[in-house]
Amino acid sequence: MDGKIISIQVAIIGGGPAGIEAASILSRYGVQVSLFEGESKWAHNIGNKFKLFPDFSSADELVQTLSQKIVENQIPAYLSTKIVALEKQKNAWVLTDEQGRSYVADTVLLATGYDIFDAKRKEELGYGIYNGVMTSVDLEAMLKTGKITNVLGEQPQCVTFLQCVGSRDEKIGNHYCSKVCCVTAVKQAIEVKKMSPQTDVFVFYMDLRMWGQGFEELYREAQEKYSIRFVRGRISEAASTFDDRVQIKAEDTLVGQPLKMSTDLLVLMVGMEASCGTKKLAACCGIDGEYGFALSKQPHLADNQTAQRGLFVAGACKRPMSISDAINDARAAATEIVEYLKIVPANKK
Amino acid sequence: MKRYWNEYQKKIADDKFFYERSCIRQTFFPGSEAAFLKMLREELGKDIYDEANQHTCTGIGYHSDIVPLQTTMTVVARLFALMTEAGYENYVPSCVTSFGVFTEMVEMWKHNPELLEKTRKILYDTTGRTFEIPKNIAHPSDIIYKFRYELKQKMKYQLVNRFTGKPLRVVEHIGCHYAKIFPKAGVGNAEFPYVLAGMIEAWGGEVIDYPERRHCCGFGFRQYLVQENRGYSIANSKKKFESMEPYEPDFIVANCPGCTMFLDKWQYTIAEMENKTYDKNGYGIPVLSYEEMAGLLLGYDPWKLGLQLHQVQAEPLLNKIGIAYNPNEKFTGVSGKILPRPEKPHNLLV
Repeated sequence: MDGKIISIQVAIIGGGPAGIEAASILSRYGVQVSLFEGESKWAHNIGNKFKLFPDFSSADELVQTLSQKIVENQIPAYLSTKIVALEKQKNAWVLTDEQGRSYVADTVLLATGYDIFDAKRKEELGYGIYNGVMTSVDLEAMLKTGKITNVLGEQPQCVTFLQCVGSRDEKIGNHYCSKVCCVTAVKQAIEVKKMSPQTDVFVFYMDLRMWGQGFEELYREAQEKYSIRFVRGRISEAASTFDDRVQIKAEDTLVGQPLKMSTDLLVLMVGMEASCGTKKLAACCGIDGEYGFALSKQPHLADNQTAQRGLFVAGACKRPMSISDAINDARAAATEIVEYLKIVPANKK
Repeated sequence: MKRYWNEYQKKIADDKFFYERSCIRQTFFPGSEAAFLKMLREELGKDIYDEANQHTCTGIGYHSDIVPLQTTMTVVARLFALMTEAGYENYVPSCVTSFGVFTEMVEMWKHNPELLEKTRKILYDTTGRTFEIPKNIAHPSDIIYKFRYELKQKMKYQLVNRFTGKPLRVVEHIGCHYAKIFPKAGVGNAEFPYVLAGMIEAWGGEVIDYPERRHCCGFGFRQYLVQENRGYSIANSKKKFESMEPYEPDFIVANCPGCTMFLDKWQYTIAEMENKTYDKNGYGIPVLSYEEMAGLLLGYDPWKLGLQLHQVQAEPLLNKIGIAYNPNEKFTGVSGKILPRPEKPHNLLV
């Protein structure tokens, strides 16, 4: 690629589920697409997971299936190629990567996804300070090992989840709901119980938003079959105990009582934030919305279009979204792009 | 590991300070304010003005809903007028409640300029005084924190156990009005405040991070001022002591008059009520103000710092550090007069 400018019909920035799915659909329509991913793996956020809600299917298998689509459709795809600038020049979009290479595209689909909220910003919860405090992403990595252990490497007596870390939080400045954490905590709590049935599992929540098909049933199963205890209340602070457990303070708002307890592991259900790439590229093109997410043209009828002609958006770069929603959104974006390419001759873009 | 408190550094003036004393500190920690002035003037060579005509900030009355807001604003304005008349711009209130009150009033005026104008008018009509809002409001603990390495150069002792060579294990406690009203007004914010921890670490000690580190000391104006509520006060202190006890702290340091006093005095009360002390040998855990801690390490005489007026006596700590003191001068007043000796408690050893 070095030394020349590469011309592309549709450039897709972001190799997560939305980017890969859109590339796959467009490719099948005969559109020439190129796919750019800044990380060294496709769909790395999914790859960090163990199993997926609500069916406990394998995350690795989904990554495998998505990656296979790139191969099957012979899509020019570039890993470890971080696009750092995006600019409209005359009728084309110019993309520049970290190494200074340029690509010219007629149309661009932004699918730059999300980053995980940095739990260290909630200092009162002790992430990065106390050994027993981890994030939901860390727990997925532990689940992948097939064993749940406390900081001493033993079976934990108690595992506690806290919802809405970095989401619906005025102090942090993220007023929005990250949408997937509620059901993820239910899924993870069940996985902990399956691996370690003797462990007591608690989930602290503000309200549980079981919006998707099968979610409510999973929540009920968690209570009835796995005896997972759900407590309505926020944890105000975490601290290390003398024996390296985690002491938490909360209020059980249904009982109306303050509560103090110790747990081996405190799992922080970290929300989604606009990824660095999303923030940067959306700002480059003047489509930066609230909280740094990319702004679509209209929420009901033009949710994949933007204020810029030839620039489309899909997936969690717009707002927190589940994997299946991101895939569906990518399909919708692909349809929009096909329509756009049909009605706008190349010299009118 | 990234520690977010590094981003919460506040601006602390370098020099030319106007000092405002606390209502209660000279009674309970009689050497602390004098030691602070001495450190700034003699150790650091700073200009700090000690105004003779100062008065209350109304803090205790304000937080108890006895003094109305406009009165507090006007009283604060008069103190600022004294600073302005003395030719200073950097305000240093000795008490954390005063620090909280001043920070709050200035913030309120920023958002409600009409209140500022009203206060200016009331002050002028009643006293003929005018004032400028300080360019910088810093608590004395902020200033000691800022110059902790400069002071270290002059220190004779470190926070090290001379018998074991290990760092002393220190519980630090920050007053609520220092960082909990306006977290960004405190070094290190409210969750992991660093103002005292920074001093301890710089001077050779080790900070104990115990479960109830952020819990209330037990002072709390409404808990203490209303006699019927005092059970809450001692219960809170007890909760903290029980939480820190397994870590075997060598001493406690605080930056609030109320915290320092209550963490000290309630140890006596708990010992009398339950025959329980929180150190292995029955002497209790010494409680120091940050000026006393700095003063001891600088080699100031413990009795001139006023340590004999504490409930939990400091000799075991002085021995651990190796600080020289004359036991015979413990109850000799500054005038040379021999002071009456306090009664010995039944359970807390002295």
